[in-house]
Amino acid sequence: MKYLMLVATDPDHTAADAEAAPDVNDWFAQVTGQGAWLSGDRLRPVEDATTVRVRGGELLVTDGPFTESKEWIAGFDVLECADLDAAIEIAAKHPMAYTGRLELRPIWPMDEN
Amino acid sequence: MPGQGAAATAVRRTVTAERLRIVASLIRITGDWDLAEDCVQDAAERALMRWPSDGIPDNPAAWLTSAARRRAVDVLRRRRTEQAKLRLLQAEVELAVDRTVEGEVYDDERLGLLFACCHPSLPLGGRVALTLKTVTGLSTREVARAFLVSEATMGQRLLRTRQKIAHTGISLRQPEPHRLAERTAGILAVIYLLFNEGYTATEGEQTLREDVAGEAVRLAGLVAELLPDDGEVHGLRALLLLQHARRAARTDVGGDLVTLDQQDRTRWDRGYIAAGLHSLGRARGAEHPAGYYQLQAEIAAVHATARDAAATDWARIVTGYDALLALRPSPVVALNRAVAVGFRDGAEAGLAALSDAVAAGGLDGYALVPAVRADLQRRAGRASAAAAEYRVAIQRAATGPEQRLLQRRLDELTETNPERTP
Repeated sequence: MKYLMLVATDPDHTAADAEAAPDVNDWFAQVTGQGAWLSGDRLRPVEDATTVRVRGGELLVTDGPFTESKEWIAGFDVLECADLDAAIEIAAKHPMAYTGRLELRPIWPMDEN
Repeated sequence: MPGQGAAATAVRRTVTAERLRIVASLIRITGDWDLAEDCVQDAAERALMRWPSDGIPDNPAAWLTSAARRRAVDVLRRRRTEQAKLRLLQAEVELAVDRTVEGEVYDDERLGLLFACCHPSLPLGGRVALTLKTVTGLSTREVARAFLVSEATMGQRLLRTRQKIAHTGISLRQPEPHRLAERTAGILAVIYLLFNEGYTATEGEQTLREDVAGEAVRLAGLVAELLPDDGEVHGLRALLLLQHARRAARTDVGGDLVTLDQQDRTRWDRGYIAAGLHSLGRARGAEHPAGYYQLQAEIAAVHATARDAAATDWARIVTGYDALLALRPSPVVALNRAVAVGFRDGAEAGLAALSDAVAAGGLDGYALVPAVRADLQRRAGRASAAAAEYRVAIQRAATGPEQRLLQRRLDELTETNPERTP
């Protein structure tokens, strides 16, 4: 199973949570070591986001992300895991699980209904 | 040759005992929940046709398992999709291996299925409904009636829950050892909800909902068998057994609710109480400090072992609620504690404890608050204050039996104190 892991900020955490967060390099070494990491990156902040729509045939380009909120997407990873529990274990070891929040979304293959 | 009745009893008993095992292995092999359930149903129908004339087989479990598996292969053969062909290949290989002797594998499969049904990534309502459906084999219509929703709504809920399991890759395996305790707690929470769903019987559907509570008790027993090292598993089983022991005494012949202090204790199920106390002993013997369910079971055990209502050890019950509040603060537990204080120290002390509980918040609009206050005011000798509270309680009561119980209390009050009530 392939999962997109969206890495988001979340101001709702304590200093102790931040203190307990593992090192991202350790996390990366572990997931690449077990062959679970396919791709991923960090993203520039929402100030640098551009939203694009076409409505009534007209291109609308606006400044900022989809929705304004306190949490914003700071990065993403594409994971290959045996099942959801395996993906949850990987997410639980990511530093942003402690100081942000992670959303696991299964990839929907094009040839599947 | 067995009689029709004996054969039917044997089929029912075998299906009850083996259903989850067979469903779990068929889901694992075919990946198709509906197919797995239909095949067990089909095997049960075949058994009902064959066993009266052929005789009850020496190993009824193996007979039923083989019949369900043959059916699964037949159904997969008739489907002509690519996916079915792949599953058929896999299924034929798996089914060729006789695994009926490998008891442990099957236990793991049953547990794996339970862990999947109760996975925290599923919506809670879906977890409870799917667990009931998968474990009991009730029809979607019956599950819908048990949860007081339409069949269409329940069908959608079950479908979406199963789809989420498939789409998100929730597998039918046991969690890693370091996640076992928290995931087990997730199963227990679902069983507890299921039990309460059945316990809060409403009019008309009472028999079905008692069945649901009974299934929850049975499921707690199964989990205790499969995960014997977890103290809370035994704590929950003890709690459910001790509460379910009172089922026959909870309503009178007219179907009206009878409160704990008024119940005919000779109608309590002694077998259930003994089993509950045994489970409580196992929970106490576990390594971990007493958990949420064990503490509740301790309170239920005080009631279960009291000779009559007057002999209840209220001091121990208050201590029990104190421990429960220390572990997990809850307005409803604080309310129950106030009732216990009212019996331990008298009605005035109970009213003071009730005021504290209400002031702590979280009980606004809660129907039991005026009912509890009414009982305490009545016992404190303030009939008119009690009557006013009973009227509020009647308005807020959720079910007919609850309303009638409160109305009876109000009537008794006005009969004994005609001049003092407005």
